[in-house]
Amino acid sequence: MKIRKLKRALERITPGGRQFVIGVPFLWLFLFFMLPFFIVLKISFAEADVAIPPYTEIYNFVEQKIELVLNLGNYAMLGDDELYISAYLGSLRIALFSTILCLLVGFPMAYAISKARPERQTVLLLLIMMPTWTAILIRVYAWMGILSNNGLLNAFLLWLGLIDQPLQILNTNLAVYIGVVYSYLPFMILPLYANLVKHDQSLLEAASDLGSSNFNNFWKITVPLAKNGIVAGCMLVFIPVVGEFVIPELLGGPETLMIGKVLWQEFFNNRDWPVASALAVVMLAILIVPILLFNRSQAKEMEGRA
Amino acid sequence: MKRFKFSSLMLVLGLLFIYLPMLILVIYSFNASKLVTVWGGWSVKWYIGLADNTQLMSSVVRSLEIACYTAIAAVALGTLAAFVLTRVTRFKGRTLFGGLVTAPLVMPEVITGLSLLLLFVAMAQMIGWPQERGIVTIWIAHTTFCAAYVAVVVSARLRELDLSIEEAAMDLGARPWKVFFLITIPMIAPSLAAGGMMSFALSLDDLVLASFVSGPGSTTLPMEVFSAVRLGVKPEINAVASLILLAVSLVTFLVWFFSRQAEERRRRAIQQAIEEGAADSWKQPDARRAAAPVSV
Repeated sequence: MKIRKLKRALERITPGGRQFVIGVPFLWLFLFFMLPFFIVLKISFAEADVAIPPYTEIYNFVEQKIELVLNLGNYAMLGDDELYISAYLGSLRIALFSTILCLLVGFPMAYAISKARPERQTVLLLLIMMPTWTAILIRVYAWMGILSNNGLLNAFLLWLGLIDQPLQILNTNLAVYIGVVYSYLPFMILPLYANLVKHDQSLLEAASDLGSSNFNNFWKITVPLAKNGIVAGCMLVFIPVVGEFVIPELLGGPETLMIGKVLWQEFFNNRDWPVASALAVVMLAILIVPILLFNRSQAKEMEGRA
Repeated sequence: MKRFKFSSLMLVLGLLFIYLPMLILVIYSFNASKLVTVWGGWSVKWYIGLADNTQLMSSVVRSLEIACYTAIAAVALGTLAAFVLTRVTRFKGRTLFGGLVTAPLVMPEVITGLSLLLLFVAMAQMIGWPQERGIVTIWIAHTTFCAAYVAVVVSARLRELDLSIEEAAMDLGARPWKVFFLITIPMIAPSLAAGGMMSFALSLDDLVLASFVSGPGSTTLPMEVFSAVRLGVKPEINAVASLILLAVSLVTFLVWFFSRQAEERRRRAIQQAIEEGAADSWKQPDARRAAAPVSV
């Protein structure tokens, strides 16, 4: 009897199954994903210092007074320095153009997969998915050997007689575009496919019966229905590319200014944590709208209300 | 039907674009010449040389260890999150929760890496943990972003499930936990396996997060490869890269193979159940179930 009472009392104070199921992932994500952003925000107002860790505290407690010192110098520097502004613009430009390129290449591919026979669809999807599991580092590295001055591409073009001396492709923006499209293409195709495969074929047939051309069908029926997939695919490419570090570092040259690379250098080479934090805060502020867009499209997808 | 042909052509070209560079990389890893761009005949000496590189080998072991822990934790965490998102329709902060689950998918890695490192530094100052960064901190970082991938894969599966099976179990008096472990988990097992292998591969590949949150003496394989690659193309790295490609293709193939087998078995079981049901003349077979959509 006593044991049962004890058990019941325990049940009352320990959270129920529901709270536990929600609470564990919520706490983890809050602690290791959301909270860190506030720390980044805090440190972006600190000053670099020669200490461990290398920044000053922004508040201190002296004579029963809490002093809060917000150093806006980091942000002022971001606004003043040409380097940072052009790095942000460069990142946005490269992300925008490569998203468009991925969409142009990825849409027909996703469309072809969704129209293939079901058994073949699984295999094709697997072929698209496999590279996303392989290190981006290795796929980018593969291009270094191909694009270099005495690499395969130049050798091939020389052999064809199209050029008489090697082209400088590695360490230019062109190489960055190739690398980005190459690495992020699967992320465009997968959500597009997931969307296209759900389309009701009878809509297209009905339109054709009523005399609509294939071209018209495509723009008036397929594209509007695929909107959620297009948004998800574009965001999956655009947002990570803005902060991309590996591709500009390995394939880009001195002309390639991207914010992910600048942040990395500030952090690892200059050990200026406050400036790196400020760079991250501004990047996040730029990306917050696309991220919310992505989250909304995912929420719709996850609830099955797409 | 001109458009259809155009899209098929694009698919073939696109797949060539994706796979040709990797193929070239693998072929050149067998190049005997030390000059990476000159072909000097076939050789496996770069692979043999790898075994002597103790620094590289210890980083391989470390990476594999982290990837194992990450796969387990990410599957547990991601499944819970997917379950909440698909089954618990109403609770306070649901929108925030959904955002927290999916945002790691797109968040630039430099931001996540920097913010986690600053968290660990702040925690070390306040509560004295983690004293030094290494396997545990990398594991936490990887779990957080892999759980998002698992959540997406598993929630797709959970949405497809026939709710009536779980409801039937509950009607027969099973507690929610029992239903979850005995009914739900076996039914979503293929997607759990897929999510786990995906997390394993993602964790094995990650460079940026690991660079931020690792400490001295805990370099992972991608960090090792990156510091070598920065200086240019090298035959040894070609060999390492080919081995990684091989490992990932193998894992992908296994995922596909097992999920296909599980799907087959499930379909056969359903078929059998329907046939047995049809034997009892007064029962009507449910034809809709036999045509359940197939997914990985």
